[in-house]
Amino acid sequence: MSGSQEINRIWSYLISFILILALWKVLSHLLANPGVPTPERVLIALISDAKLLLFNAIFSLSRVLYSISLAVSLAFPVGILSREKLFDRIVSPFIYLLYPIPHIVLLPVYILLFGIGDLSRIALIATILFFQMVVTIRDATKNISEYYIYSALSLGASKFDIYRYIIIPAILPQVLTALRISIGTAIAVLFFAESFATRNGLGYLIIDAWSRADYEMLYAGIVSMALLGLLLYILLDLIEKKVKKWV
Amino acid sequence: MISVDRVSKVYEDGTVALKDVSFEVEKGESCSIIGPSGCGKSTLLFIISGLLKATSGEVRIEGRKIDCPSKDVSLVLQDYGLFPWMNVYENVAFGLRVRKVKKDDEKVIVNRTLDELGIKNFEKHYPKQLSGGIRQRVAIARALATNPRILLMDEPFSSLDALNREKMQNLLLEIWKKSRITFVLVTHSIEEAVFLSRKIVVLSPRPGTVKKIIENNSAGEEEYRFSDEYFRKCREVRKSIEFGVI
Ligand SMILES: Nc1ncnc2c1ncn2[C@@H]1O[C@H](COP(=O)(O)OP(=O)(O)O)[C@@H](O)[C@H]1O
Ligand SMILES: [Mg+2]
Repeated sequence: MSGSQEINRIWSYLISFILILALWKVLSHLLANPGVPTPERVLIALISDAKLLLFNAIFSLSRVLYSISLAVSLAFPVGILSREKLFDRIVSPFIYLLYPIPHIVLLPVYILLFGIGDLSRIALIATILFFQMVVTIRDATKNISEYYIYSALSLGASKFDIYRYIIIPAILPQVLTALRISIGTAIAVLFFAESFATRNGLGYLIIDAWSRADYEMLYAGIVSMALLGLLLYILLDLIEKKVKKWV
Repeated sequence: MISVDRVSKVYEDGTVALKDVSFEVEKGESCSIIGPSGCGKSTLLFIISGLLKATSGEVRIEGRKIDCPSKDVSLVLQDYGLFPWMNVYENVAFGLRVRKVKKDDEKVIVNRTLDELGIKNFEKHYPKQLSGGIRQRVAIARALATNPRILLMDEPFSSLDALNREKMQNLLLEIWKKSRITFVLVTHSIEEAVFLSRKIVVLSPRPGTVKKIIENNSAGEEEYRFSDEYFRKCREVRKSIEFGVI
């Protein structure tokens, strides 16, 4: 059953992909504007500059992965410890006061603090992701039914056991959902963060191609960024299948 | 022996759930608590299990005052409280894992308990894949795996159909006869209380007070269900509950 569903899913993705290409092709002919090159020419650019694109994609990928890891490793403990009354009383006002700030405006501050290197870029992306995730994880933690906790306590669980066997597995599906959302955000912010003071990364490549009016390269960069996102989504999907057996 | 001594419970919002509840359950005996919904039955069970503190009064087990969950007491919650992220095996093994029982011993105990409850075939299943009856068995298996001396159950069979219900009642009786574990069972059903327990504590509507304690010493055999004594007891319990629908 799930096998044929899987095949159906792949088919529908393939068909959508072909439709997008067709639409793109038609559009490029209709507009006849160098700003919309045909898909073939972009494909040629993708292949002939594959090395350059891959090299820069690796920079971008590692920035995204560092940022997500940093954000998760902070948001996870802060989120689940919101169960502890004292901790929550101290921390949640900070979170709720700092949450509404559009964190992207912190960029100048980070550059002053961390310099114009990758540290600032990663810190910026991680900050934005942190707030997204911590709120989700916090809500998920608070929504765990007390019944599970009571059940576990009556079976002799310690406080540590409660976190290990109940809280963490119970919120894992929501954490994965938060991660999924954060991938999109991370790549969007990445583009912004790579558009200044760096000579590598897909964001840089796109901005650079744009300024040189090299539209094939511009599109090749955009497609690579999309592929980067897709790769991360697929990776997450695989993890999700393992974790979400019970949902 | 469990002794519940003038236990009262007032929740933070002012709800008086229990008032001056006292009764005793001898070691190895079975006891049912029956009363209308909202009268504080679950609250009482939570207090006996040490998960909730009484506002006044106390619960003692073998003379020791209860103020936190005890290793000798297992509780089966009203909606079973199975962990959906653990399969049947892991659910049943949970109490052993938190007690740091060795993996080999764990395996032996869990397998034996699964066998006893007839759910060996389901060990790899997750709770959402199971019917209500099987889930209930898993919950009981999980409670029994830690070899408790007291088993507390909150309306364990209320969501089962009549047939499954009787099957589970017989199973429970068998376990009780074999292990001589002390049972305290909260139930809605007069027939269930009379069939399964040798003492029946009738609670009044909220705030729950002990309305009557009925001795039912003939209970304990499967045939009891068909005896005149059984029907007489059911009538006696029904009469003591004037509030009609429970
Ligand atoms: N945490 C709580 N806070 C306030 N009131 C509660 C709480 N838990 C239960 N109650 C109330 O206490 C009364 C007894 O509840 P409960 O013990 O669950 O009754 P029963 O199990 O007999 O149906 C009910 O009126 C219920 O609404
Ligand atoms: Mg109840």
